[in-house]
Amino acid sequence: MILIMKTITKKQSWNSYQKEIANDNLYYARSCIRQNFFPASEHMFLHILQKELGKNVFDDPNHTTCTGIGYHADVVLFDTIQTVIARHFALMTEAGLEHMAISCVTSFGLYTEVLHTWEHYPEQLEKIRDFLYKATKKEFNLPKSIAHTSDVIYSLRDEIAQKAQHTLINKHTGKPLRAVEHIGCHYAKMFPSKGVGGAEFPQVLAGMIESWGGEVVDYPERRHCCGFGFRNYLVQANRGYSMSNSKKKFESMEVYKPDFILTNCPGCSMFMDKWQYTIAEIDGKTYDSYGKGIPVLTYEELTGLVLGYNPWDLGLQMHQVQSESLLDKMGISYDPHLKYTDKHGNQLPKPVSPLHLTQT
Amino acid sequence: MNKFGFSTHASRVIDYETIDTKLISYIVENEPSFASCISCGSCTATCSAANLTYFNIRRLNVQIRLGEFEEIQQEIDKCMLCGKCMLVCPRGINTRNVIMLIKRGLTTLEIKK
Repeated sequence: MILIMKTITKKQSWNSYQKEIANDNLYYARSCIRQNFFPASEHMFLHILQKELGKNVFDDPNHTTCTGIGYHADVVLFDTIQTVIARHFALMTEAGLEHMAISCVTSFGLYTEVLHTWEHYPEQLEKIRDFLYKATKKEFNLPKSIAHTSDVIYSLRDEIAQKAQHTLINKHTGKPLRAVEHIGCHYAKMFPSKGVGGAEFPQVLAGMIESWGGEVVDYPERRHCCGFGFRNYLVQANRGYSMSNSKKKFESMEVYKPDFILTNCPGCSMFMDKWQYTIAEIDGKTYDSYGKGIPVLTYEELTGLVLGYNPWDLGLQMHQVQSESLLDKMGISYDPHLKYTDKHGNQLPKPVSPLHLTQT
Repeated sequence: MNKFGFSTHASRVIDYETIDTKLISYIVENEPSFASCISCGSCTATCSAANLTYFNIRRLNVQIRLGEFEEIQQEIDKCMLCGKCMLVCPRGINTRNVIMLIKRGLTTLEIKK
């Protein structure tokens, strides 16, 4: 009886961490690295919101990096990053918008940190207003709300479920697909009240998975960092620290036989995907039964699959771990001959197949 | 080092179910007073070797119980067997005998290193 009560309490405890999520009339803040590693994800976010759901989202070509990687690597000062973020607020103000949707978890953490700083130290806000005006002649209003783009998709998950072409049900067994959800540390570990579900029980990705028919795997190292850690990977000799964090997670999740990993952070998506290749090359070890690895998806890619988009248009072939095993389980048809072709149907070079991580 | 210029590290998680208990069992069997250690650290506080080196009897005690033998092997020869630790031990443990048993155990027992 006590055990049952404890389970209910744990499952429902995230309800105390809720936040306002604007999902229309948004100023879109892009990520630096997502556009390189998972090039279709941000495009798909805009496409899904603007074309599928009829929302107003402004993708501003004048928006720049938030300088978060430099900040966390100690080469960009806090005053500098505050001024850069203030400029983004100025661009939002000029566009006549009041709500921000931020694509990167690092950026989301920093926007939150900067707003928090200004709330507690108003003199710092005045100083940054002065810096920005002297540098650019720009002025700004503070946003009424900021949300990570996974928050936005989370808030629209039921609307998306109604338009779903595919669900997260294994077509061969009829059972829900088993998903590992991995939340970027800077989403809620720094400011728990700013994430849906807080730091311990973030609901943002779990909510999507459950709404679309899947089952979330609760494994021991679920909340462990992927190891991105900025300085851990920026110096080549230190990358073993980064990789060992991911390895610890893979070893912990392996016994639960997950069908895929879902992430909301650029670094987590990249490393949980690419470290599977590196670990396979170094240790000869893969974490699924077939030597193919566990597919890692961004939430936009998963949304695209649920909505019936062509997996090659979603850029799944750009991942290190290939996703055909997941597509087969979801019953999604695809043409393997079109996997490496451009939009005109011309053949593109095929990547070299690794030694240990089998490519389908 | 492989082609990447870095490698994976073993996890530092200690799994209590797989700890090698041969050495601690051997010591307690031959010096039962060791089982009464309360890890107060008096032995380390009075140790001449600890004053000058990284040697730490209290830490050795913890490492023996966790089955972490690599560092013990590197450290154990720093003890000069002066016996000051025995004089201050509130539990009257024959720490000098414990040190000798560790040395003997490391060479005679088949333990995971």
